[in-house]
Amino acid sequence: MALTKIIKKLAIVALLGAMSGAGMAADNVGFVYVSPIGDAGWTYQHDLGRLQLEKETGVTTSYVENVPEGPDAERVIREMAKRGDKVVFATSFGFMNYALKVSKTFRKTAFVHATGYKMGKNMGLVNARFYEGRYLTGVIAGEMTGSNVLGYVAAFPIPEVMQGINAFIQGARSVNPKAELRVIWVNSWFDPGKERQAALTLLSQEADVITHHTDSTAVVQAAEDQGKYAFGYHSDMSKYGPKAHLTATTHLWGDYYVKTVKEVQAGTWKPTSVWGGYKEGMIALAPLNKAIPAELQGRIREMEKQLTAGTMHPFAGPVVDQSGKTIVPEGQNMTDEQLNAMNYYLQGSHAGAWLPGCLNRIPWKHIS
Amino acid sequence: MESSILSSILFATIVAGTPLIIVALGQLIAEKSGVLNLGAEGMMSMGAIAGFAISFETGSVWLGVLGGMAAGALMSYLFAVVVLTLMGNQVATGLALSILGVGLSAFIGKPYESEILPTIEAIRIPLLADIPIIGEPLFAQQSLVYFSWALFGAIVWFLYRSRPGLVLRAVGESPSSAHSIGYPVIRIRYMATIFGGAMAGIGGAFLSVFYTPLWVEGMVAGRGWIAIALVVFATWRPFRVMVGAYLFGGVMVAQLFVQGSGLEINIPSQFLSSLPYLATIIVLVIISRDQNTVRLNAPVSLGQPYRPDA
Repeated sequence: MALTKIIKKLAIVALLGAMSGAGMAADNVGFVYVSPIGDAGWTYQHDLGRLQLEKETGVTTSYVENVPEGPDAERVIREMAKRGDKVVFATSFGFMNYALKVSKTFRKTAFVHATGYKMGKNMGLVNARFYEGRYLTGVIAGEMTGSNVLGYVAAFPIPEVMQGINAFIQGARSVNPKAELRVIWVNSWFDPGKERQAALTLLSQEADVITHHTDSTAVVQAAEDQGKYAFGYHSDMSKYGPKAHLTATTHLWGDYYVKTVKEVQAGTWKPTSVWGGYKEGMIALAPLNKAIPAELQGRIREMEKQLTAGTMHPFAGPVVDQSGKTIVPEGQNMTDEQLNAMNYYLQGSHAGAWLPGCLNRIPWKHIS
Repeated sequence: MESSILSSILFATIVAGTPLIIVALGQLIAEKSGVLNLGAEGMMSMGAIAGFAISFETGSVWLGVLGGMAAGALMSYLFAVVVLTLMGNQVATGLALSILGVGLSAFIGKPYESEILPTIEAIRIPLLADIPIIGEPLFAQQSLVYFSWALFGAIVWFLYRSRPGLVLRAVGESPSSAHSIGYPVIRIRYMATIFGGAMAGIGGAFLSVFYTPLWVEGMVAGRGWIAIALVVFATWRPFRVMVGAYLFGGVMVAQLFVQGSGLEINIPSQFLSSLPYLATIIVLVIISRDQNTVRLNAPVSLGQPYRPDA
């Protein structure tokens, strides 16, 4: 593992050299990516946003991919600020402290960090309410399952992942009270072999609709091989499982990027903390599979409208956890503080491992 | 129900252990000749991308496996030139080979990131595959699984029952003695190293063509390092390599099954994930705790360069 880091470092040194020779564009926007863009996934969605930004505003953009979440990130961000980029988007949790540090030196540059919790005088935050899409996929799963057993391949027990798991079972149980969810933790964001193995394990133990919160497409492919259903995550993964792929929760960053850059150009930009979902156009479902009955498709579209209008909340009370304790009483919605401190399973989840590693210490100050 | 779960666990165990066995047995041969090649991760990565790309372009699985093998062999040839002909340091060169292979495969693999291969059907052996519980795991596997068993048999026979195997071991024990009685030490080491590379290439191709039929950067995910460690913990004995690889695969698969069973047991998932490593190390250390067996089996000249006097 240390070796891949060394490779990445070498790549960055080379890239920085290339970048400094590129000269200064009048209005350039820099993007820092944690992984290769690839063909699907977290960084791929950010890059779609970057391309939309170029198209709609005419600014030039540049990006550095595969930047490790360490001191190298600071070097890349600093280099972008130094050459005069107007806005720098740092798109991974681990870039937060480095972006904040650099933002203190370059007060005229606008910095935006995705998924973090620290803001600065010229550094804003952005994140997406992924759980809204998860809830909808849960509803579909609850209706489509024959065995009433759903499966979830998850990476690490952090609140963001827990929100997805709980929204999924909450959605499923809203239409199918018999549905139960089994979770396998692979303790890795990226290991296609292990992810596939976990998916096959779930499928061989009665689960017939599965999804994942990891970074590869292996889970969707495994479901396709076994003739079962799966949901993609981050990106539309239907080409990896044309029959299995029911839909996917996808992230749309483009509109937010365009809005931010336009504000910076107009001089009206103020750092904000945006946690956007359907309402802000930052979450959407990939095209729905034909296997989903038209009536259910209609209901999903209706729920999408309600989410967009803000009249529906995936964690509307009563929300009951695995042990039977009421988390949110009837008539109330879960607050953002509660969402960001989520370290428990909701009723209906049967996970073979408890959650000692679940972080409960992110001091999220939400301003929207 | 119970027996079908047991059968699934066994089946998945054998699949998960297969790439480790192929790679580790190849490395075992190289190390028996006295060459320590730490580049398995890089050679596997190159094998994975070559196997995937060639299978994808030609539509032939077997050309893909051959391609993966050739890519691994080529990488190890490069390594052999540096350490055997140019007398480079084996540890440093092996590490460099890992870095090179992982990086180069990512570069070559860019255009293939969005492609997928069809899943390969298992080969069912008639009658035997119908035995309850062990039938499916043992006799309804993909072809490379059978290959790994054949490889095991061939290597045991070669090392302990054939004359060339004896020569190979002699070269690893005392290259100067082997040289003085007329064996071409450097040439034998070249062949052993290239064999190790070829097997690492096949192991990589197994991952990208058979196991998860797709290519993504970093998909080898540390299996090359596990294979190298297995050889050492197995004290250079082929049978123990097999045991270790299946143990590792088995514990990994079993912990996934426990998690997916829906039983609510209070064990941190992080601990479960570390179990395969713990179990393999503990078991192999226990069966290898006798200092004499270690001394008998460890190639004495491992990692040391050898320059023939004349």
